[in-house]
Amino acid sequence: MYVAVKGGERAIENAHRLLAHERRGDRDVPEVTLAQISEQLSLGVDRVMTEGSLYDRELAALAIKQARGDMIEAIFLIRAFRATLPRFGATEPVDTGQMQVRRRISSTFKDIPGGQILGPTFDYTHRLLDPQLADGFLPEPPATSDTSPVAMPRVTDILGRDGLIEASPRADAVLPVGDLTREPLSFPADRDLRLQNLARADEGFLLALGYSSQRGYGRSHPFAGEIRLGEVEVEFMAEDAGFAVPLGSITLTECQMVNQFKGSATEAPCFTRGYGLAFGQSERKTMSMALVDRSLRARELGEEIIAPAQDEEFVMSHSDNVQATGFVEHLKLPHYVDFQSELGLLRKLRNEFSEAADASSPMQEAAE
Amino acid sequence: MNAPAYNFAYLDEQTKRMIRRAILKAIAIPGYQVPFASREMPMPYGWGTGGVQVTAAILGPNDVLKVIDQGSDDTTNAISIRKFFAKTAGVATTTATADATVIQTRHRIPEAPLHGGQVLVYQVPIPEPLRFLEPRETETRRMHALGEYGLIHVKLYEDIARFGHIATSYAYPVKVNARYVMDPSPTPKFDNPKMDNCPALQLFGAGREKRIYAIPPHTSVLSLDFEDHPFTRYRFDAPCALCGAEDSYLDEIVTDDRGGRMFVCSDTDYCETRQSSGHRGSENAAPHKERAHG
Repeated sequence: MYVAVKGGERAIENAHRLLAHERRGDRDVPEVTLAQISEQLSLGVDRVMTEGSLYDRELAALAIKQARGDMIEAIFLIRAFRATLPRFGATEPVDTGQMQVRRRISSTFKDIPGGQILGPTFDYTHRLLDPQLADGFLPEPPATSDTSPVAMPRVTDILGRDGLIEASPRADAVLPVGDLTREPLSFPADRDLRLQNLARADEGFLLALGYSSQRGYGRSHPFAGEIRLGEVEVEFMAEDAGFAVPLGSITLTECQMVNQFKGSATEAPCFTRGYGLAFGQSERKTMSMALVDRSLRARELGEEIIAPAQDEEFVMSHSDNVQATGFVEHLKLPHYVDFQSELGLLRKLRNEFSEAADASSPMQEAAE
Repeated sequence: MNAPAYNFAYLDEQTKRMIRRAILKAIAIPGYQVPFASREMPMPYGWGTGGVQVTAAILGPNDVLKVIDQGSDDTTNAISIRKFFAKTAGVATTTATADATVIQTRHRIPEAPLHGGQVLVYQVPIPEPLRFLEPRETETRRMHALGEYGLIHVKLYEDIARFGHIATSYAYPVKVNARYVMDPSPTPKFDNPKMDNCPALQLFGAGREKRIYAIPPHTSVLSLDFEDHPFTRYRFDAPCALCGAEDSYLDEIVTDDRGGRMFVCSDTDYCETRQSSGHRGSENAAPHKERAHG
């Protein structure tokens, strides 16, 4: 007897209830707090803020908790909330040259004005599991020393003074910076939109694409000109007051790649740039982003487009993990009616095939 | 913490205005895919975010909403979307096709004929009918602009050469108002003729792909075919086992692991309406008697 697909409503409610139960886990284990997530899983929070395109540590921590640690699900929660926020305007461009630097390294010069600052990094740790961390470990307080305020010009600015690297594009007063969350994307897309897309893009996707460009799929000969991490001031131009109002400071990671040079009969050869920027400490993301940004400039720089990382339509259409996971996972939804249609067609084709086989085979045997 | 507060039908008014402008343009150019700045919605891409945004933009407090998935009001996703609007817009909901002013659908067009004043909102995964022939948006937009549809006819022809039939059974391409080739969303081709000269407004929303398109009321919608291979509908040749309908699209239900099958209406409202007015199929010919099964 046919059992109708009824009771879906109760099934959903019970599934949600079970999910909440599983999320909580063993109730004898203390519940994790948002402050714990924000403080102790801070790089996860940084990633959710970056790909969620919303700078709010508390909400990002909440999203991670609600998503049971599933990062793409957490990013999705943040995006869906962000989409409902009203827009008051855009801040002034942040000046990373004025960053309160906590970490800053260059792989192109041994020493640079302001010095190399290693800061908090996994880079030179030995990846040995540390049993001390399992329970109740209190680390030493960080080493400190007196500092004198010293200018830390960006490495690319130093190269730029001698014209060895192309100039950064200037802000265009007439043409506002695009926003692909407000205007639908169309191709070809300019660099502002490409960078926005890459900033929101899945870290793993960009990592693989950047890696592929290093392995020869559209080589760009990159050097890590500079990676810097620290706090920058955010200011908002208040039209009524007539001056820029400080809103506070945010943590950013910036990566400037120095890439193979270009030149022509009319232009002196110089290095080219690839740029990466993300909220919080997100070095893998910004380095990958800078590699892919440079690869995607192939059209602008007159390079042959032969590799996936250079193909803006391919990269930009598939970089968003919220879109990608939605479409992949929607295959879980029912497809009864289309499948029924395919089933009908396939049965018909198979019938015709066997009828044709039945009709032709005895005759052929007789003829032989 | 920034506690969220939401507008009527979830979306803010600025976003709704932007979507309505896209809808108006879509109605003015039947079958043309209008780009719009699709928002992230609180359900995943692929679950009907395009349809949900279109519905949110057109819904008023006096509307009566019906939501179906695979023809049914009771599938989990249909329930989830219906509850979403019941909660965020407080609108009345119904399962009766005739009573609804807005019907959001995934993969089906209701069997009961739609009437003037109704809006059918389709959820669309891939709005571009040429996508599987040409993956680049830059190319397909140019092909639409020039009305260059040779490629899709070649594809249909190749089907005939290989299989003896056009091997597209759902998302069967149509030509709207004798101009644009359009994807009807993954509805079975059985439903295609219902789109032609329909008195209701048909709106199509693709959230992930950021496209809206429309078929205004009483617009010609022709399924692509050839003179010697005319378009045909497919329907499993049996009456519905519950209501006996001979004209409805059927779901195939596998009843055991020995090849047992039964066929019932995919449109649950149509089926239930017929049953309540006394129509019976083979499975419930005598509804008041206990039936033995073995």
